[in-house]
Amino acid sequence: MVAALGAAVVILFFVNVLLGSYTVTIPDFFRLLGGADIPGASFIVMENKLPRAVTGTLIGVAFGLAGTIFQTMLRNPLASPDIIGISYGASASAVAAMVVFGLTGVAVSAAAMIGALAIALLIYLVSHRSGVSGGASARLILIGIGFAAIMQAVVGYLMTRTDIRTAQGALVWLNGSLNSSNWDRVAVLAASLVLLLPAVAMLSRSLRGLELGDDAAAGLGVRVGPARLGLVVTAVLLAAVATAAAGPVAFVAFLAGPIARRLLGGAGSLVAAAGVGAVIVLAADFAAANLIPMFLTNGTALPVGVVTGALGAPFLLWLLVTTNRVGRGG
Amino acid sequence: MRTLQSRNLTLGYDQRTVVQDLTVELPAGQVSIIVGANACGKSTLLRGLARLLKPTAGTVMLDGKDIHARSTREVARVLGLLPQTPTAPDGISVAELVGRGRYPHQGWFRQWAAKDDDAVNAAMAATDTEELAGRDVDELSGGQRQRVWIAMALAQETDILLLDEPTTFLDVTHQIEVLDLVTDLNRRKGTTVAIVLHDLNLAARYADHLIAMKAGEVVAEGPPSDVVTEQLVSDVFGLESRVIPDPVSGTPMVVPVGRHHSNGGSMPSAA
Repeated sequence: MVAALGAAVVILFFVNVLLGSYTVTIPDFFRLLGGADIPGASFIVMENKLPRAVTGTLIGVAFGLAGTIFQTMLRNPLASPDIIGISYGASASAVAAMVVFGLTGVAVSAAAMIGALAIALLIYLVSHRSGVSGGASARLILIGIGFAAIMQAVVGYLMTRTDIRTAQGALVWLNGSLNSSNWDRVAVLAASLVLLLPAVAMLSRSLRGLELGDDAAAGLGVRVGPARLGLVVTAVLLAAVATAAAGPVAFVAFLAGPIARRLLGGAGSLVAAAGVGAVIVLAADFAAANLIPMFLTNGTALPVGVVTGALGAPFLLWLLVTTNRVGRGG
Repeated sequence: MRTLQSRNLTLGYDQRTVVQDLTVELPAGQVSIIVGANACGKSTLLRGLARLLKPTAGTVMLDGKDIHARSTREVARVLGLLPQTPTAPDGISVAELVGRGRYPHQGWFRQWAAKDDDAVNAAMAATDTEELAGRDVDELSGGQRQRVWIAMALAQETDILLLDEPTTFLDVTHQIEVLDLVTDLNRRKGTTVAIVLHDLNLAARYADHLIAMKAGEVVAEGPPSDVVTEQLVSDVFGLESRVIPDPVSGTPMVVPVGRHHSNGGSMPSAA
């Protein structure tokens, strides 16, 4: 199943690069990679489609891992960073950077990252003050949703205070978009993942203990405090670098883990969640940039976040309904 | 033989002290059962003994050494714990959950091995959960699920096993089943067992060593036949009762008096 997911990622990657509004043949693609110059194709593939597909894959992996780590650790599918306010923290900070300080490009990404980390720290402090045992995870989620609402209000306020052109640019970013992907951003994203993925691998063992509950984990010899802190920091950083690269692509973090779990028919693995994340982003971006313009919107491409949001919202509702019915958090 | 004991142990959450200056020792190779009214600190004591709570004063000693001074993974190979409300991850299979018990025996360079399979199989055989191996833990009944969690604790292969209210939410048949199972384990492998239990009569029957707690302190401890008296039940639970021999096991059996339906306790009816 994991192999099939890997194959799906590769296929969707090439579908994104080779097909769509500008079609490239496979031999041409490898000639381009080899450095050949094909008029027209060179720019579109090497400066647009390829970095876009790489960014899509990497943010899918990062969001998928971040969401699954949070959901597993807090034992609640609602505990994904795009629901508990971390993505909104990034958004508010990025929009402030664009609107108030007039920043663009990498500076906006940096602001998004700072915003995500700041909100995560705030949620941690507020929920930690009230103790860690018992209903801690439900409380943390509610506190996170509260912060999400505040951050949305901040975004709303900033958007009304600015001129229409800045607002439009901010709105595209807010929806989560791969349109402004370029190699500089890919480099930052890839370098971050090179640091973060080994950390995830090291912490994944502890995570398998923590998902049985803190006491059971401690009984098995997991160092609960340090393991949890390491996992939170890693997951927040993953969500932050992904958000910085492409905006808060809605619900990818939220969807990847539960889907991976259902695909594997058991306790899902982080690797599978990363694969599902990449599949969601690549498929949604192909739909948003090619299929929907072709069939629905008369040629207007959508930001990828619109499609993932449309997929995620019904899933959120379904989850809320079924979670209540079974009477448990997962 | 492993020993687990507390010395002048004080435990609490934040500012609130729950267990005060408590010195107990779990007799090696025996079943100890901790009883007491709600909020008397019995679960807190068990969590303290399992190194889940850092003492505010005093120490917990495992084999004569401070348990907090040892690596937690090393401790986990010797001391197992079944918490009160463990949570099974969504969609996890029985075999996989039992396998999680092998966590402290594994590491970066020691991956899953034949020895782990053996431990898991033995644990599932001992708990009669083999035929459930492929099922989702979510689908099981309360009694089955509790057996599976005990199997996970058994797979950990520890010489000491602590169980926090393992019979809560189980009907009486499954309560007996779980306590029989734990007794089997103790008799067969000499595992030192400590259980926090609500039911005083079951505690009196299954304990080799009974520890009665009230308001964070040990009121009495010893063999149930010495410890369980009408006076103790009154002191610990504030309940008037008669204590008679259990017709099945001969251990003390507590019969509560209450305000209704009483024909004068041990006195014959006036009618």
